[in-house]
Formats: sequence, structure tokens, C-alpha cells
Amino acid sequence: MTYRLTPEHDELRAVVRELAEERIAPRAAEIDESREFPWDLKDLLARQDLLGTCFEERYGGTALDGIGQSIVAEEIARADATTSLIPIVQKLGSLPITLAGSEEQKSRYIPRLASGEWLVAFGLTEAAAGSDVASNRMRARRDGGGYRLNGSKRFITHGSIANLVTVFALTDPEAGGRRGMSAFIVETAAPGFSAPRVEHKMGIRGSPTAELHFDDVLVPEENRLGDEGDGFKIAMATLDRSRLGIAAQAVGIAQGALDAAVAYAADRTQFGQRVVDFQGIQFMLADMASQTEAARQLTYAAAAIVDAGAADLPYWTSSAKLIAGDTAMRVTTDAVQVLGGYGYISEYPVERMMRDAKITQLYEGTQQIQRLVIARQLLRRAGVSRGTPAAAGSPP
Amino acid sequence: MKLVVCLKQVPATTAEKRYTADFRLDRRSAEAVINPLDEYAIEQALRLQEAGAVDTIGYLSMGPEQASEALRRALAMGGDEATLVTDDALAGADVWVTARVLAAALDKLAPDVALMGMASDDARGSLIPGAVAAIRGVPLLSYGSELRIDGDVARIRRLTATGHDVLEAPMPLVASVTDQVGEPRYASLKGIMAAKRKPLDTWSLADLGLASEELASRSRVIEVRPPPAKAATERIENVSADEAAVKLADWLAARKLL
Repeated sequence: MTYRLTPEHDELRAVVRELAEERIAPRAAEIDESREFPWDLKDLLARQDLLGTCFEERYGGTALDGIGQSIVAEEIARADATTSLIPIVQKLGSLPITLAGSEEQKSRYIPRLASGEWLVAFGLTEAAAGSDVASNRMRARRDGGGYRLNGSKRFITHGSIANLVTVFALTDPEAGGRRGMSAFIVETAAPGFSAPRVEHKMGIRGSPTAELHFDDVLVPEENRLGDEGDGFKIAMATLDRSRLGIAAQAVGIAQGALDAAVAYAADRTQFGQRVVDFQGIQFMLADMASQTEAARQLTYAAAAIVDAGAADLPYWTSSAKLIAGDTAMRVTTDAVQVLGGYGYISEYPVERMMRDAKITQLYEGTQQIQRLVIARQLLRRAGVSRGTPAAAGSPP
Repeated sequence: MKLVVCLKQVPATTAEKRYTADFRLDRRSAEAVINPLDEYAIEQALRLQEAGAVDTIGYLSMGPEQASEALRRALAMGGDEATLVTDDALAGADVWVTARVLAAALDKLAPDVALMGMASDDARGSLIPGAVAAIRGVPLLSYGSELRIDGDVARIRRLTATGHDVLEAPMPLVASVTDQVGEPRYASLKGIMAAKRKPLDTWSLADLGLASEELASRSRVIEVRPPPAKAATERIENVSADEAAVKLADWLAARKLL
């Protein structure tokens, strides 16, 4: 697989970076402190067409390739991880529609998502079903020309502010989550839907992570995605692609921390010389830079492979997410170290970046789940996989 | 109603600038951007078009070939077409030559309003709007905080020490605006994509019917030097508040500031 950055990619990066540095970075500390969703930045990103990059032009999107979408997420995350989730979750929540939706479903919902008029969330995780997706319990019962949804979802990013949620619920509990789950498009204005609680989090604090309740929510049949029983397949296909957004976010967080560390070390004087002139600091910065670059290039390679529709794309997207998430954690931790005491206080951005980085090792599949995905592909390639999937269930 | 924004590509303010042996800016050395003060003229033009007061917006720049990047960036913000005047004979053009060339290009483009920023970020001469208006023999409305078009007259508001003046003139004319017109917009992604398909013409001096012999610069750069270094900052550090106050008072007294 080869990929190449084009002049258009460079131009895109320059444009998004300018916007992120001038308009997003100055807001980052305040968003973290206030824990309020940055509606103004959502509007700004919508106005600049940056919420529609994953959608086809006929639905009002800008149809950037995977590398272009990664660059957008990365450059926003470099300034503020919370804000980068706005385009990332717009893609995550809509991927079930993009992958499994009918033409009618797409033309009804995608234009409003591409313009940023509506936000969308991805409703899969439940309190007792995290990595073990197949143990989902939420129910969808047939009722006349539609379904009645009952149950709860937890840890749903943007769940409390989205206009639309793609929800996964059991239509056939006997068959279990793997074969008995179906996917639905739910408008959050529907009676019976509520988001009673948002979590208090270590990082990405301006991005509301909500608990969702469904109390007899009526969903018309035309809002079911694919056939009954397709839910698990749709959820996995979504996560196999969406986790690239998290990889890109992690690369951006790492780059932001690296840039902050270099700037600080060049400015700070101790023992009569700039901190950046100490070889011990240079070695740390060099490790941070090379690891970030490696994560970035793996993310771009994975993006190109997803665009090419390769059969083994989960191997690549999980590898990118695993490497990028761990890199973000390591680089932000080292950035705090470079800044010393100043790195530990909220006057400088790196402690926030370190808190933000942690989530990239957890959501859209923990790092352990990524390893299971990678290993399963690895065994398949080597022709030594078991007939049935690994004992750990079917990891996202 | 046709409006042409004249813009200049300049080195970014933050860029380190190097000069050639004959004291011209080495343009390869510095990141180039649209002159930030011209972005306000672009914003003003786009607002007029959105309000329905202007039908067509063109951009005009004189510069090396790479100045087409600035024109593309302007087209990404909005507007319809762009023209770059570029010619080897124009390297190192002074105010007089630049104004002659822009005036000739504007004669050919024939806009109702030629709109400019109040100054360029690199040279800061602020002479071009007046020079172009004089050469073309049209009115000049300069330093507007807002430009309006009403029938066949254009009006600007110009801030003064005590309030503002409103000046009006019949079109065609030249106008310049300040940074008071409103924050320039960012180019949107769709704008950037659309800009690639908008017409961008390149004209040489011959296309303007100008001969390079008529265009000898009348001014000459004798020397280029960095601004004088500021004296080192004196810091009062690692002393008690009482001691610091005494030192500060002494410092001010020594300069007869207390």
C-alpha cells in the first residue's frame, strides 16, 4: 500500500491549522474548565464545511479522502481534543447510515449532518456491555409499523446534545447480540427519549458523555438500518473505520504537546542555559517527535487502506489506533515532564493534553481490544486462526 | 456593478526576511500571505456582494508568479475572477511603476469600484490608492471604515478624532478601507474547492500595452537595515517586595520619571 500527501492535503492542513490556532486554541482551557460544549466552535466548523468532510457532495458534504479527514481531526485536536470530537463523532454516529442506510435514509438525514445543522451520536455501549458488545440488552419490540425501544445506553459521546442517535437494540433476544441485534436511526426529539445524566470525566470535558434512556420510544420501520439482525455487523463495520478518527485525534494531541514542550524548553533558562540545549531534554523531544511522526504515518496508511476498501482494514485501523493512542499518552506525559512543575499546573496546556490523551486508549475499543482485532487478523493471515472467533467474544 | 479588489502578496509578519544584494526582498525566503490589510478590503467586497450591491468581484494583483497563490486564496474566500499582472520587467517596481501598471490593468478591467486595503504590511507606503486614482483621473475615497454603494455613488465612513465623516463620489472610483470594516472571514472548504475552478488570468506588460522602457522606477533603495535593537530589559528579581519597591523607585527617579 502506498500513499502520498498531495498539495491539496498541505493546503487543507494550513487552512485548518490557522483556524485552530486563531479560534480554537484560545478557547481550549476555558472549555476544559467550564465543561461546556463549545457551540460557537461547532458553528464555526460547520460554517467552514469541516463537519461534512466524510459525506458525499450530493448530500452537501465535501467528500475528503481518509487522509484529508485525518488531517482535519489531527489539526483541531492539536489545539483542543474536545473540539476535535465534533467532526469525529459526526462521522462515528453517521457511519451506520453511510454503510447500511438506504438512499431514502441517506437523503433524509445526511444533508442535515453534512451542514452541521444536526449533530449525531453513536448509541452502542451499555453500562454492562462495553468491550463485550454482544452482551447488549436494550430491546426493540415490533409494534405495528415500527418498533418500541426500551432500555439504556451509557458513555454516549454527544448523546445529550445530538439531534440523531444511531441506536443498537435487540430485536431477537433469543438469538443474542451477535445475531439478534438491529440498528435504528432515532431522532432524539421522539417522545420517551431522554439523556438524564452526563459523566464527570478526567479529560475531553467539554464533550458531553451521556447516559441515554429509552422509554417506549417509537421508531418507524423505515428508520431501521439494514435488515433485522444486521446490528452487530453494522456496529463492527462502523468501529473498524471510525477508530481512525481516534488515531488522528491522538496524533493531534501528541503534536500539540510536543509543540508546547519545544516552545517551553526554548524559552526556559536553568543553570544559565536554555533548557532545550540540554541533551537530556533534546533526547526526550526527539523521542516524542519520532514517535508522533510514526503514529501519524501509520494513521495515514490506514486511512488510504480504508479508502481502498481492503479486506484486512481492521488490522490497519486497530494498529493505527493502538500506536497513536499509546503515543499520545506517552508524549503528553513526557511533555509534562519537560515543563516540570509548570507542566503540572493548568496555566500551561500540557496537563490538559495529558488528561485528554488517556481517553484515546479507552474509547472506540480499548487498547486491549485493538490487540485482539490485530491478533485475529494476524492469525487469519498466517492461516492458523480457529474456525470460530477468539474466546474473548467479538471485540469492537 | 463590478468591483475589483487590488491585493498584494506580502511576507508573513512573523517570517524572517532576507534581502538580495540590491535590497529587494528575497521572496523565496519568507512565507507569503495576502497582505492582512487587503483582507479587510476583500471582506468589505464580499459583504457588498452578499447584500446585493455588487454583482461581480474580481481580484487584481501585480507580483511574481507565486502571487497567484494569494489570488487563489482570495477566490477561496469568495468572489468571481482574478487577474495577475506579472512580468520580469516589474521586479523591484516602485510606487510609481506599480500604480501605473495597476491603473492600466484597471482601465482594462473597467470596474465601477477599485477597492484597496489602507496600506501594505511590508512597505506601508499607503500611496497606491491615491496614485492609481490620480493616474486614472477618478475620485478617491480613502480610509473608509465602511463602504456603501447607493445608485451610482459610493460612500465611505471615515473615522475622525471626534466622530466620523461620510464622503461620497460618483463611480468609477478608487476606494480604500481600514481594519474597521469587520473581521475577514476564513476560507471554507467548499470555497477552497470552488476557487480552483474560478478563472485566474495572467497578463504581461504587453497585454496592457505598456512598454518596459516607460516603467523605470523613479525611486531607489539605498539601504536596508533592521530597526535598532531595544536596550536589554532590566529585571528586578529574587528580592523582597520592599527591596523591589525601592529599586523600582530609584530606577524611575534616575530617569526623572518620578
